[in-house]
Amino acid sequence: MSGQEYKSIPIRSWEITPEHVYRSRRQFLRLMGVVGAGTLLAACGVQTGQPKQAASPTGVSPDPSATVVPELHTVGTPTATAVATPTPVASATPAGSAAGFEELRTELTSYEAITSYNNYYEFTTNKERVARLAEGFKTSPWEVEVGGLVHRPKTFGLEDILGKFTQEERIYRMRCVEGWSMVIPWGGVPLSRLLEQVEPMSTAKFVRFETVYAPEQMPGLKSRSYSWPYQEGLRMDEAMHELTILATGLYGEELLPQNGAPVRLVVPWKYGFKSIKSIVKIELVDYQPETLWSTAAPNEYGFYSNVNPNVPHPRWSQSTERRIGETDRIPTLMFNGYAEEVAHLYEGMDLTRDY
Amino acid sequence: MSFKFTRLQIAVHIGSLIPLVWLIVSYFTGRLTFNPIQAATQRTGQYAIILLMLALACTPATTVLGYSRVLTLRRPLGLYAFGYALIHFTIFVALDYGFSWALILQTIVEKRFVIVGLTAFAMLLPLALTSSRWWMIRLGRAWKTLHRLVYLAALLAVLHYGWAAKGDFFSLRGDVWKPLVYGTVVILLLLLRLPAVRKWVVNTRERGLARH
Repeated sequence: MSGQEYKSIPIRSWEITPEHVYRSRRQFLRLMGVVGAGTLLAACGVQTGQPKQAASPTGVSPDPSATVVPELHTVGTPTATAVATPTPVASATPAGSAAGFEELRTELTSYEAITSYNNYYEFTTNKERVARLAEGFKTSPWEVEVGGLVHRPKTFGLEDILGKFTQEERIYRMRCVEGWSMVIPWGGVPLSRLLEQVEPMSTAKFVRFETVYAPEQMPGLKSRSYSWPYQEGLRMDEAMHELTILATGLYGEELLPQNGAPVRLVVPWKYGFKSIKSIVKIELVDYQPETLWSTAAPNEYGFYSNVNPNVPHPRWSQSTERRIGETDRIPTLMFNGYAEEVAHLYEGMDLTRDY
Repeated sequence: MSFKFTRLQIAVHIGSLIPLVWLIVSYFTGRLTFNPIQAATQRTGQYAIILLMLALACTPATTVLGYSRVLTLRRPLGLYAFGYALIHFTIFVALDYGFSWALILQTIVEKRFVIVGLTAFAMLLPLALTSSRWWMIRLGRAWKTLHRLVYLAALLAVLHYGWAAKGDFFSLRGDVWKPLVYGTVVILLLLLRLPAVRKWVVNTRERGLARH
C-alpha cells in the first residue's frame, strides 16, 4: 500500500437523485455483486465516459469491494437521467487509476451513521447524543443575514435559498480532523450563487460565518470552554469555489438538526469543523476572521485547516483515516482528494506553516 | 493449592470481568457507536486505569484505614488492569492499525500520548509476568523494587489518557475532567505511601476517633 500514489479522484456532483433511487440502486448493486462486478464495471465505464477505469485490469477484478465503484458512477443509468438537472461541476476531470478508486472507497456512508454520529458541540460533545438533543430544534422560520463589504446586503429567508437557486446534489468525502471520514450526499447550492446576489465589494477579502446562538435550545452552549457563537471563515476565493456549498439537504431529504439544519456550509477539502452548521450570519470582511477552533487551540488548528496528510496533529492520525462503517485505515489524501480542483488556490503558500 | 476465594475476591473477579462482557455484548448488539474501534479502545483504556487505581488503593486502605482484607486483591486487580491494557494495546496494533508497522511506528514517533502509553504498558508487562508467588520468592527483595514500577506506570497511564483527550489542561477546556480526577486520585494514592504522610493521616484519624 505504501509508496503508491493516490491521485485526486473527485466524487463529482450528480443529478438530483431521490433517496429511493439511491436505495434501489444500492440493492441493485448488491444483486449485481453476486452476478459479477466485472460486467457492471465495464458497462459503467462506457456510460460515464471513463474508459480509463474500465480498461484497468483491477477494474474487472471480481473483488467484491469493487462493487462500490459503480455506485457513484451509474448516474448515467436510465433511472437517474430521467430526473437529471444540469450539473455545474468544477473542472472535475476524472483521473486516477481504478486502484486509486478502490482506495477511496466511494460507497456512501449510511444515512443512520451520518445522522447519529455527529460533532456538534452546541448540543453536546458526545457524538452519539447530539441527534437526541437536537431533536425538535427550531429551524423555521430561519434567516441568514448576508452583509459586510457588499453592495447589496440582504437577509435571505430559508425559502429564498431553497427557491431561488437550483438545488444540486453533491456527493462529497467528509474528513473529520479526528481521523474518521464519511461519504455524504448533500443537497444544496454553491455558496458563490448566494454571494453573487449581494455583489461583494472588491475590498472583501474573507468571508466570516456565524452559527445561531440559541442557548435555550442548545444545552452545550452552557459550557464556557469555548467562545460562542461558533464562527468560521474562508478566504474569498475559497468561498467562491465551485465545490463550496451551502447545504440544506441530505440523502435527498431535508437536512436534520444534528447535521446543521437548516443550512450549513460544506467545504469538502477542509477538515469537517470548517463546515459550520446552522448559519445565521455571513459577513464579507477585509481581515482574516477568527474561527472558534483556531482561537481555542491555535497550535492544533489553523485558519486554513485544509486536509493535509503531511501536517500531523498531536492526537489523531492525519496521514490515515477510517471510513465510518469500515475497519481498515485508508490513506488520507491531500486536500481530501480534491487537489486537482483546489491546489491552485494555495500556490506559493507553505501549507505546513499555514495549516 | 486451594482455591478458596473470599467473597471480596469473587466480587473482584466478577466486577473486573463485567466490563469485558459488556464490551463484547455491545459489539455484537451494535451498541459500540459508529466508530467501534475507537470506542473499544477508549473503553478498555479506561477500565485499565480504573482497575490500576483500585489495585493501588489496597495498600493505603490497609496502612491508613487498617482494612487489611483488601491486600489479597492487589494481584487480581493488577492483573485485570494489565489484561485490559493488553486488549487496549492489541486493538491499537491489530484492529486500529491492522499490523501496518510503518504506520504504527509513525504514530509512535509523532504522538507523545502514544509514546507515554506504550511506556506505561511496557512497564506493566514485567509486573504481570512476575506476579506469581514463584517469581516473588525467586526474586526476593528485588521483586518489591521491581513492582514499584507500577507507581510510574499509573502516572504515565493517566498522562497518556490526558494527552489523548480532546481538551486543554491550562484553560480546563474540553474533556479534561476525567483525566484530572484520575490523576488526582493516583497522586493521592501515591502520597499516602510516603511514611510521613501516612503517619500524619493515621494520627489525625486516630485523634478524630478518640474525640468521639
